[in-house]
Amino acid sequence: MKCAVGIDLGSTTTKAVLLDEDGRIVGRGITNSRSNYEVACAVAREEALSAARFELLRQAVEVAAGRDAHAAGAPATALQDAYRLELYLAELAELTAEIGTLLESRPMEAHRAALTPAAAEVLAEMAEGAALLFAPGAERKSDFFRDLAAAAFMHAAERVAGAGGVPFDRLAGLFDRAILNVETRLKSTDFGATLRRAAARVAAARGDGPGEAARLALLELADRVAALPIAEIAFVGTGYGRQTLPFPKEAIRSEILCHGRGAHRAYPGTRSVLDIGGQDTKAIQVDERGVVTGFQMNDRCAAGCGRYLGYIADELNLGLHELGPLALQARRAVKVNSTCTVFAGAELRERLALGQRREDILAGLHRSIMLRAMSLLARSGGVANQFTFTGGVCKNAMATRVLGELVGEHYGAGITINTDPDSIYMGALGAALFALDDARAGRPALLPAFAAPRGAAA
Amino acid sequence: MSAPQAAAPTPQAAKDASQRRQKAMLADYFERLAAARENGTKVVYTFVPGNLVELIDALDMLPVLPEINALQSAMRKRSAGYIAEAEKAGHAEDVCSYVKCDIGMLKSGNTGPTGTKLPEPDLLLLSYTGCFTFMKWFELLRQEYHCPVVMLHVPYQAGGAVSGEMQRYVVDQLRQKVVPALEAVAGRRLDDGALRERLERSRQAEDDLVAVWDSARNRPSPIDAYFGGVYYIGPIFSAFRGGDGAVAYYRELRREVEDRVAHGEGPTTPDGSGAPERHRLVVEGPPNWTHFNDFWRMFSREGAVMVSSTYTRVGGLYDGGFRHDAERPLDSLAEYCLGCYTNLSLPARVDLLERDIRKYAADGFLINSVKSCNSFSAGQLLMLRELEQRTGVPGGFIESDLVDPRYFGKANIENRVQSYLQMLEARGKERTAA
Repeated sequence: MKCAVGIDLGSTTTKAVLLDEDGRIVGRGITNSRSNYEVACAVAREEALSAARFELLRQAVEVAAGRDAHAAGAPATALQDAYRLELYLAELAELTAEIGTLLESRPMEAHRAALTPAAAEVLAEMAEGAALLFAPGAERKSDFFRDLAAAAFMHAAERVAGAGGVPFDRLAGLFDRAILNVETRLKSTDFGATLRRAAARVAAARGDGPGEAARLALLELADRVAALPIAEIAFVGTGYGRQTLPFPKEAIRSEILCHGRGAHRAYPGTRSVLDIGGQDTKAIQVDERGVVTGFQMNDRCAAGCGRYLGYIADELNLGLHELGPLALQARRAVKVNSTCTVFAGAELRERLALGQRREDILAGLHRSIMLRAMSLLARSGGVANQFTFTGGVCKNAMATRVLGELVGEHYGAGITINTDPDSIYMGALGAALFALDDARAGRPALLPAFAAPRGAAA
Repeated sequence: MSAPQAAAPTPQAAKDASQRRQKAMLADYFERLAAARENGTKVVYTFVPGNLVELIDALDMLPVLPEINALQSAMRKRSAGYIAEAEKAGHAEDVCSYVKCDIGMLKSGNTGPTGTKLPEPDLLLLSYTGCFTFMKWFELLRQEYHCPVVMLHVPYQAGGAVSGEMQRYVVDQLRQKVVPALEAVAGRRLDDGALRERLERSRQAEDDLVAVWDSARNRPSPIDAYFGGVYYIGPIFSAFRGGDGAVAYYRELRREVEDRVAHGEGPTTPDGSGAPERHRLVVEGPPNWTHFNDFWRMFSREGAVMVSSTYTRVGGLYDGGFRHDAERPLDSLAEYCLGCYTNLSLPARVDLLERDIRKYAADGFLINSVKSCNSFSAGQLLMLRELEQRTGVPGGFIESDLVDPRYFGKANIENRVQSYLQMLEARGKERTAA
């Protein structure tokens, strides 16, 4: 299979999208951007490549099902979950080694004796609980190793610390230092070997069901899929971090063009796009081909962007995903200023102290973020039908609702508003479309070698 | 507006011979200013738009142009400190950063951009040509220096044209107020012949400057009429108009440009010759001075050449046909003041931009909106829409500031510039495909 690759290096997350030669999406990957775009880029790309292979595997399973009933019994989804578990365990092993190294370092000398067994107990508990995280139907709040490992580590650390002997803060500090090193290290995953381990795990878990023949069929299929060549024929990078990485100049496109193009690809009727990311809000106008005709973006200040909501969530000790549902329970929206994130935080505390309902204040905060977006939209040329909302914030149901109300108020009721659960990938999708254009025009650029760990691509 | 030669770019910016000549002219000018008190030379502070340097020079006095000092300080990385000084003195964050930089420089010992001390003014000559901040600025300087102020009130071109009454109103003020005030400070009468000589030299330099602007009609354009343009306007917008030095400078500049046309060369950029011309842009709004070369490179490295700019018209609009005229001394000075870009209405500014987009066959236009400039930033988005509608040429919009480095967000501005240029590229391809 030949693929065009688009990578969107956002300030919060890094996304990759693979398109086949016909422009079909065959793989997507996402990871937290960390403080290291190089690693984030490699991880997202590798995840997209793995996803493409699982897509191939699914197709192979379907074909095999026609002639082999045992093979049909090997669900690709279970294999993919097992694959993720293998990746998690590999990272957990790295984390364990890193913590070991830290404990051996000189500054830890005084605490080594107490911390070593406590950390070992925490890590053992994490390893034991890992399989549950990837069990069929398990709900994960995040797919990023950092988030999953942090939650598991802190949970176990609280128990171990509570049992006496070691302060929780010391254990938590150990994790914080170790995870930074683990997640910013460039590493490669051998897809074939990992998949084989995953396949073995799936087969073993099935006990006496399908028997030896099925186990072998699954392993064989896994080997075959791992060996299928995936050739990357073109690459385009976009997003906030695109300048940080030494991408070839011809492989860089502005995220404004990419988001506009991606949104237009997802909804071809799109003429206006609003993208609210971590620190950027972009109001984009596109023509009937998805080419940008005008845009505005926030300037200097990120109040009104995703981080604004992140900050508010932190202030309230809530998860980001909890804000929208809570705000939807508001009885009225309290007016909150939107000129500054920090001021809004202070206002939030003040209003809570005055006894106002958290839900009502949150509704006001959502309205204020969207009012800023409306101002940008107005300056970019307004909202034309159809209007597509993209970026991480569009996952927030309250944000989407308020936007709909404001668009109705300002531009009338006839505007179709598109939101997509996968809108976070729009920038990477646009980048991949540009890469495909480049490939078709005979001047493709390729992803630099730094982000292509051995074994990641065939 | 003036010569930014002594900026400290990294890496070292390439320069033309005319730029080196201008640098020497500036160094000499600041030396003369430093020695003014000792030599008994009188000093008149005045602003760039509507400046009357021929009159000042004909009375053997020296002009000081506060905006030039501010932008030169910014290019030499001194403006942040001066602005902090001004803020300590009570000037708010949103006040025009030229004003704060100038006030801060004054509070820090009034050392000019080249390191020599600037003399105090004997007179503040306020040519009011559309920027209301100028009035407040000189009020502040009057408070500091306790010197006389004379104001030339230039009526705003609200209707988009200069009437006979407007012209007479300015000439009367020149005759009855401005010239007598200058003579009082100089201690002698104005020599009419000396003024005419200077005005004739101004005309010669203006002819050459217009030829330089017109050269941007070539493909590739041999000049960058915005970033390069601010060097080109240096002598004529400031202390040198009407002098032999300016005549020689513009003659040399014109030759340089003609030579580049003959060789099919593009403009000199901070990197020497820039990338081959890919985009031709017209620009509205002043450049950012604190990151001047960085800002320029954002365009030059992408092959974006500015073929015209309104900023290079703030101190005189010569390509519309106006020239200083030795035969009509006060009348032509009045016309000059009335015709400065700063004195034009929004519709007239749109007309001018439209004219240049067509004249120079631009494929885009860009507005650099200045945060602390309320006079000229108001209405710029309306201008953008109107121009897009009239010409079908896409506009870009960025925001920065004149001399306050805090307002230049490099990553953000670069992002917008790249997005805009890539948008032009994509739309160009689309038009080709269609």
